[in-house]
Amino acid sequence: MIQIPNINISIIYPEIIIFITAVIILLVEIFSNGKKWYAQSIIALIGIIVSGYAVSNQWNSFASGFSEVLVADNFALMFKLIFLLGALLTVFLSIWYFRREEIQQGEYFFLILSSVIGMMILSSANELITAFLGLEVMSLPLYVLAGFDKKKLLSNEAALKYFIMGAFASGFLVYGITFIYGATGTTNFDKISMVISSRSFGIDPLLLLGFILILIGFSFKTAFVPFHSWVPDVYTGAPTPVTAFFSIGPKAAGFAILFRLIIKAFAPIGGSIIPILWILAVLTMTVGNLIALTQRNIKRMLAYSSIAHAGYLLISLVVGNGRGASAALFYLIAYTVMTVGAFGIVILLGEKGEKDLSINGYSGLAYRYPAAAVVMSLFMFSLAGIPPTAGFIGKFYIFSSAISKGFIWLAVIGIVNSVISVYYYLRVVVVMFMKPEIQAGRVVCFPVSLMVAIILAAIGVLQIGMFPQGWFEAVRYSLIGLF
Amino acid sequence: MQLAIFIIFAILCIFGSILVITLRSAVSSAIALVFVMCVIAGLFALVGALFVAALQVIVYAGAVMVLFLFIIMLLNLKEELISEDDKKFTRFLGIVLGTAFLFELAFFVRTALMRGSEALYEPVPKTLSSIAVISSELFTKFLFPFELTSVLLLIAIVGAILLAKKKNEK
Repeated sequence: MIQIPNINISIIYPEIIIFITAVIILLVEIFSNGKKWYAQSIIALIGIIVSGYAVSNQWNSFASGFSEVLVADNFALMFKLIFLLGALLTVFLSIWYFRREEIQQGEYFFLILSSVIGMMILSSANELITAFLGLEVMSLPLYVLAGFDKKKLLSNEAALKYFIMGAFASGFLVYGITFIYGATGTTNFDKISMVISSRSFGIDPLLLLGFILILIGFSFKTAFVPFHSWVPDVYTGAPTPVTAFFSIGPKAAGFAILFRLIIKAFAPIGGSIIPILWILAVLTMTVGNLIALTQRNIKRMLAYSSIAHAGYLLISLVVGNGRGASAALFYLIAYTVMTVGAFGIVILLGEKGEKDLSINGYSGLAYRYPAAAVVMSLFMFSLAGIPPTAGFIGKFYIFSSAISKGFIWLAVIGIVNSVISVYYYLRVVVVMFMKPEIQAGRVVCFPVSLMVAIILAAIGVLQIGMFPQGWFEAVRYSLIGLF
Repeated sequence: MQLAIFIIFAILCIFGSILVITLRSAVSSAIALVFVMCVIAGLFALVGALFVAALQVIVYAGAVMVLFLFIIMLLNLKEELISEDDKKFTRFLGIVLGTAFLFELAFFVRTALMRGSEALYEPVPKTLSSIAVISSELFTKFLFPFELTSVLLLIAIVGAILLAKKKNEK
């Protein structure tokens, strides 16, 4: 007789809504002729908003289901809202871009949404096998999205590189999971932590090896140094809205699962994993920033800058307490809006085919399109961490959490790094405002959907930067029950 | 007796794995991999996991490897296309890193055994070999991940078709 487990299907309503939306979009693609790109984008937007509503309905419910493989605590829900926000802005970024490049195919929205499903599962996974499948559901659409522009050679290259590196990383992850299972006899996070702390003989080396392999697996996705080698090529080759999605979604999802692993499953061996994370954080910040200094291509520059931002976020992972986690959530919200904004401007100023994406191409932009130049400067200031923007508050929050836990050197290295980063972010501003115009005909039109994304992002950057109090509260509430 | 069989299988397994990476032609390399898969199935059978052993043969040695061979023949691979210098360097690096990793693993497992990782000693429960136990786990404890694979397969199908199909002219 099989015992029927406690299923509690209501905790996956947000995922189910997104999945149904994705399937409807696919069916529209099959059964309708003529113009359907706009209809599909509107369906996607509605699905994302309804799913966001479903997520907010679960707030403070602390439910778990499917034999404890999934939990819907506020921490997971906050991450789900971040993914949905990222997806929403990405859809707005994409509507016009894909028309300009003449690759508008409805499967695009299907892939974006199914990747979001994977991220949502990753954020609420409470068990290693579920986490692995969540990771695969997230990554598989990303491989295809990187190669979505089939006519462009760079896009094909990006897809292939990303796929091979991603498959390799999955191998590490599964290998690590087998070690953890071998050492503890379970894959459930709560039980792993129970088994570890019930042991009397100190740290089991198998556990440590398993953790390191799992960390390597996720490090590929979140692009920590030295697992970042695929980032510049993939970010440059993929269609620009997809690049924006790459730099916000998978990164946030990787941090969601890493936080849960470190806070919950591996909390008893926290002392011996902190040095590993410390080194990763320093490497990721420093290498990302130093290489970004020399970049001439704006997409490549943003790619390396996203590596550096992952490094700042790693600081909060090293801190590993409630303050660290809330700082990371806050930073991820700020990072999402400012990155989307910056990529939005890149899309707006590019021409069909995006042959020229050099930073020098923006020379004298302020004289012709002052509004675009001012908004771009706003995003650059925010990425560099200059007040009164969201980026400043986020960095301040992370560094102060590091100092409060006694990681003075880490905070110092982080601050030095963000000073370095000011150079390459402000170079864009300098080029726009102080160089003479060299390009005669940069044709720019102002499509509505793209403007919505950019204006939303700009408002977000300023709002979070000037009135962070409400955001602090929300972030703090999302940690209830975790510490 | 069991130990002797294990040692034979283990030696065969290592021998096959070395063949996989040293054989020049891709087809023979894949055949060597089939051999390794079969031997691993034998190892599973040895610890009493008969169902897993059967799956290993059917899925890995059977289905997956046929796909492998199919693709190798489709691509018409002959010799590896790596220059001599490159090959020397990567081979050197590979040997060094591989040996280092082997010793690391050996060290970790040995320390774990000495300290007494309980789970390492536990023999596979007899019940694990039965299909009934595995399937009831799959439909109760691991119901969600199991169902999630269907979403994964749908995504894979859509993605593969999207990348493979020609753009329809309108």
